[in-house]
Amino acid sequence: MLYAVLCYNSEDAVAAWSKEEEDKVMSDLAAVESKHAAAGRLGPVARLMPTTAATTLRKAPGESFVVDGPFAETKEQFLGFFVVDMETLDAAIAFAKELAVANPGVGAYEIRPLRVFKPGGALEPL
Amino acid sequence: MSELSWIDLALSSARPQAMGALLRYFRDLDLAEEAFQEACLRAVRTWPDKGPSRDPVAWLIFVGRNSGIDSLRKRARQAPLPPEETLSDLEDVEEDLAERLDGSHYRDDILRLLFVCCHPELPATQQIALALRIVSGLSVRQIARAFLVSEAAMEQRITRAKARIAAAGLPFEAPDAVARAERLGAVAAMVYLVFNEGYSAGENQRADTPFCEEAIRLSRLLLRLFPSEPEIMGLTALLLLQHSRKAARFDADGQIVLLEDQDRSLWDGRMIREALALIDKALRHRSPGPYQIQAAIAALHARAKRSEETDWEEIDLLYQSLERLQPSPVVTLNRAVAVSRRQGAQAALDLIEPLEDRLSGYFYFHGLRGGLLKQLGRNREAHAAFERAIALATTPAEAAHIRQHLDGLACEATAGTTP
Repeated sequence: MLYAVLCYNSEDAVAAWSKEEEDKVMSDLAAVESKHAAAGRLGPVARLMPTTAATTLRKAPGESFVVDGPFAETKEQFLGFFVVDMETLDAAIAFAKELAVANPGVGAYEIRPLRVFKPGGALEPL
Repeated sequence: MSELSWIDLALSSARPQAMGALLRYFRDLDLAEEAFQEACLRAVRTWPDKGPSRDPVAWLIFVGRNSGIDSLRKRARQAPLPPEETLSDLEDVEEDLAERLDGSHYRDDILRLLFVCCHPELPATQQIALALRIVSGLSVRQIARAFLVSEAAMEQRITRAKARIAAAGLPFEAPDAVARAERLGAVAAMVYLVFNEGYSAGENQRADTPFCEEAIRLSRLLLRLFPSEPEIMGLTALLLLQHSRKAARFDADGQIVLLEDQDRSLWDGRMIREALALIDKALRHRSPGPYQIQAAIAALHARAKRSEETDWEEIDLLYQSLERLQPSPVVTLNRAVAVSRRQGAQAALDLIEPLEDRLSGYFYFHGLRGGLLKQLGRNREAHAAFERAIALATTPAEAAHIRQHLDGLACEATAGTTP
């Protein structure tokens, strides 16, 4: 079974880490990652930029619309994600709009730039 | 990371919101601070055993409010006059706290907390000190060290600033859209002041002051409260871009390294990428403003992998739009640097000469003028300009930088006279 492990924390507290604290946490995490990567069990790893860098595409009947900021509804649940490489935010929004056309109705796509990305490998497609 | 440092981070990140709510309850900065302090002490005592609260902000407001009410009651028993008017809405203390914490309230709470610090009657240095003390929770000692004054003197300054604010009356009415926009503008300017204080503190070799980091934190906080304000996106991007060059701005001897000479591999790529993402977001609004334009200029420097690749033409155009939006001789002075790269030193000199009256007391004016004159081979005039600059330098690093120019001129002069 493949599992996604999602990270939650106060971004304000995390942003206040000193360089030393930040480096320590990242290297401690990397040690865990490399153990599981060596066993061929680790897929992609990503760290997101702060929610202040986020834009959200809200699906709506007719045309979906773009709002600034992260996705904040609590009545909907986190269901999945894509990683795309785009030149601009507009291109990323256009991609999300294609998704919204393919999967219309309610819901939203939050578009959040990545801060860290390790593509990983080794895993078989599901 | 130890448990205590986690608690510390949780307390400091909860601070603006909790302080904002306590200020609304008690309508008094000192009382709100005492109440928050007491709540923090209790958190430090109880969280290590019981674990941190699931919602630290709500916990701190609740505990802080109760302790504040408690100390007011004690004072009321000691003093003959019960300070009824000191309390705003103690009638509804039993009301559902969750409701009060809900969205709309806390945005205005935090904005008010920041806004009282930038009262127009307060000089810039006091605004900065007050914001760092009240909103960021820096110790008086940290702030005093940054301003190179004694702790007692800083304490006194902060007390005076608070008294002035109290005398002027705190703005407790809920702001309408216009007032809210005005407050946001004033607060953004104050955040920029905090950043600049930290930025120049670096030049004074006081690099241990976390002002720049605090300013970025406050700017992100504003952006979370006002996620659709392109100018706040621009401000945050601008601060991130300037801060991304921190490691490259000084050499091993503490001398200033000019932008064009900086080792660009030392620039913080993550901060730059976050800033570029914010500029991308801001551009979608098609509503340019001074912070966005300045961020866009900084971004053009950040995008150039080598200084020769800098897009000076675009920078010149951006400065021109900044001049239209916010005319100022300092903006024109900055544009002159781009003009010198595009059209040569003479064109830049022609642009800045008319500014002499207004900028005669400005270090950078004479520094740039000297540099341009030197490029044109007018060494005697360059020498005089550098002499004036050095007299106006406010930090040792600035003075040392000009001294290098003067030494360069002296070498040339010697080389010229020696057969």
